[in-house]
Amino acid sequence: MSVGIAGYGVYIPKYRIKAEEIARVWGADAENIKKSLGIKEKAVAARDEDTITIAVEASKNALEMAKINPKDIRAIYVGSESHPYAVKPTAATLAEAIGATPELTAADYEFACKAGTAGLQNCIALVESNMIKYGLACGADTAQASPGDALEYTAACGGAAYIVGRKSDDTVAYFEGTFSYTTDTPDFWRREGQAYPRHGGRFTGGPAYFKHIVNAATGLMKKLGLSVNDFDYVVFHQPNAKFPLRAAKMLGIDAGKLKAGLLVSETGNFYSGSSLVGLAAILDVAEPNSRILCVSYGSGAGSDAFSIVVQDAIEEKRIERNVAYYLKRKVYIDYTTYLKLRRIVKGG
Amino acid sequence: MRVAIIGVGMTKFGEVWDKSYRQLFVEAGIEAIKDAGIDPNDIEAIYGGSMTPGQFINQEHVASLVADQAGLENIPAVRVEAACASGSLALRQAYLAIKAGEYDLVLVGGVEKMTDILTPQAVGALASAADQEWEGFYGVTFPGLYAMMARRHMYEYGTTEEQLAMVAVKNHHNGAKNPKAQFRFEITVDQVLNSPMVAEPLKLLDCSPITDGAAAVILANEKTAKEYTDTPIWILGSGHATDTIALHDRKSLTRLDATIIAAKQAYKQAKIKPKDVDIAEVHDCFTIAEIMAIEDLGFVGKGEGGKAVEEGMTSLNGELPVNTSGGLKACGHPVGATGVKQVVEIALQLRNEAGKRQVKDVEIGLTHNVGGSGGTAVVHIFSM
Amino acid sequence: MSVPRFWRGIPARYRLIGSKCKNCNEVYYPPRKVCPKCKKARMDEVKLKGRGKIETYTVIHVAPEGFEEQVPYVVAIVRLEEGPCLTTQIVDCEPEDIYIGMPVEACFRRINEDGEAGVIYYGLKFRPTE
Repeated sequence: MSVGIAGYGVYIPKYRIKAEEIARVWGADAENIKKSLGIKEKAVAARDEDTITIAVEASKNALEMAKINPKDIRAIYVGSESHPYAVKPTAATLAEAIGATPELTAADYEFACKAGTAGLQNCIALVESNMIKYGLACGADTAQASPGDALEYTAACGGAAYIVGRKSDDTVAYFEGTFSYTTDTPDFWRREGQAYPRHGGRFTGGPAYFKHIVNAATGLMKKLGLSVNDFDYVVFHQPNAKFPLRAAKMLGIDAGKLKAGLLVSETGNFYSGSSLVGLAAILDVAEPNSRILCVSYGSGAGSDAFSIVVQDAIEEKRIERNVAYYLKRKVYIDYTTYLKLRRIVKGG
Repeated sequence: MRVAIIGVGMTKFGEVWDKSYRQLFVEAGIEAIKDAGIDPNDIEAIYGGSMTPGQFINQEHVASLVADQAGLENIPAVRVEAACASGSLALRQAYLAIKAGEYDLVLVGGVEKMTDILTPQAVGALASAADQEWEGFYGVTFPGLYAMMARRHMYEYGTTEEQLAMVAVKNHHNGAKNPKAQFRFEITVDQVLNSPMVAEPLKLLDCSPITDGAAAVILANEKTAKEYTDTPIWILGSGHATDTIALHDRKSLTRLDATIIAAKQAYKQAKIKPKDVDIAEVHDCFTIAEIMAIEDLGFVGKGEGGKAVEEGMTSLNGELPVNTSGGLKACGHPVGATGVKQVVEIALQLRNEAGKRQVKDVEIGLTHNVGGSGGTAVVHIFSM
Repeated sequence: MSVPRFWRGIPARYRLIGSKCKNCNEVYYPPRKVCPKCKKARMDEVKLKGRGKIETYTVIHVAPEGFEEQVPYVVAIVRLEEGPCLTTQIVDCEPEDIYIGMPVEACFRRINEDGEAGVIYYGLKFRPTE
């Protein structure tokens, strides 16, 4: 495989709501919740932001790094659980906004939280097979959570964009390989027309998250002849701060390798953006030649695992608007403002 | 060849629930015809200003409607539109037709019926005077556009919110003396400053209201005028100019070039200077508009409008009374009618028939009517 | 805003495509066919960078139909680096922090929508450059 990352970018909205504020409204024990989920606060989109606007901002950052002509991007895929339209593709508006139109293929992806990485795999395949020069894959969400439900503490807004092209001296990292593990596992779902998802409580752990992450990671390492010791950094899908660490333990991976990419306690779960934003946080700091294991997880269920090696070019190509820039940029809101911004309360 | 106003009429301005669009303009027209003492059959054409009956009452082709309801069978009728300057532009078109020798006697009217739809819809209809694609689309409103001009005027010249409020106070003081005005009560600076914010820094009492009303005048050439009256009000000068429709495309945010150019044309034609004007009706759609108007019309220097109002220069008993009718603020602003109402007020003042709000020794009067945020301006100068 | 009208404006609305007069080099946004300066009707397309300064602004408290839920929001006239001015909303900061001369940059946002079932209108707003 000779496919690399020409550029990547993230976007995290400015507003944050603290776990204590949500707990206050629902009469819950904030300290307990913060401890069990490992979550402090989450990012909330402004009323005029959505998955499309997040994808556009992240993609513009990726373009700033890649320094390519947007018209050379010939495939765009956006993965999300919160596409603004049920029918009308996020990818088309994104393509128009960044000036990639009209000679390209585009589509939206859905697979709960791994929709973004599924699109990424497709871009890798199109580049590898020489069908396109560059492909853009985004994972972004403005996740829905029912007020008063446990998921309300973690369902957050944000996303990442990856421009993928032929591996060269200009790419900031390259893919060694990818491996996926997919089954029909009903751990978390949302029916058409329903505002909020439902989930299977504890069933979302063992048979769902852990089974797929562990099997995807194991399968990838077997395919590439690698072991956990070959990886310097690891990022898993982050529905909370505990699950990724437990999965690492199950795989025999040292917890320290997850530190750079484990953002959820400060940002919440970006759903389709989760593992991809975490990967970006690692790429922001990783030294050339480090090897990264990135495994997404999407309920329903499946995991996409990637092995990525950092290249020399990353040092001069890193841009100012990295993950740390967006983490610093925050304004706290109260619960009623949160309800208004998330359109949970609206005028008649 | 000179053109004169020989008769005037207007309805009461306000929320006139029991009168329709057609009832309003007929009432104003009848009053003007009576005041002129003419036989309606002698009217040769009708020019009417109405900004958007299409949006307010779903009616277009109002030229035909007006002629029909006026009972003037088969008469040529023209509906003129230039947003809030529709009324005075209708006057100008009629004036040009008479000057060209096409007609001897013409009825000019202005009418707007704004309260048959809900206020947010009316506000939306008014917003169509702005650039729909590049201003309205982003959520800017009319108060918003003038508020941005006010902010810049305050930034460049130190104009204060109190000075803006004084314009409203003055105009209400005048309106209280005008039996046809929408608002006939006095207000204070404090009341203006404490009224609800609409678009910072403009508050509710900085803004002209939504109003129903109609006004009409009879225009005649010199020969015809002298047959009917001893007190013809001559049009000494007429000026008309446009500017970019969008505020953001203007050369300056603190003046209306359309006003400056139209005024220069009118002054030139009338062979007078700004200081020769004794009384003026200017377009105070928002308080800041009046302050910019007296600067743009040359009554005071650039940036000195606020001070002039504060010092009472434009009060009823001041050096140059402005908006003795109560202006758009207190008399009301039925959009298409305003330009014609301004002419009615000047004519009454020049004829010494303005009752409690009469200003002494007025010989030369000026009307100033603006469309949108300054995309059109029409200025007329009158004398006895 | 009708769908065809909105769609026609997409290059200008999403990507700040303006016009540059082939004769006198004056830059205009939004695009136009005739140059008001030299009166010629020969224009090139030009993509503006999206950076500028606030010329004036206001906070809207009484909104037109469709914008009620955004109140209070800031509308401003921004002068772009390349010269032309446009009308836009200012986001990502408190109204009290805004001042004439503030440097701002374009960002892609939802402008409005045609109710819950209609089209969503996207476009550019401006936020402070840090």
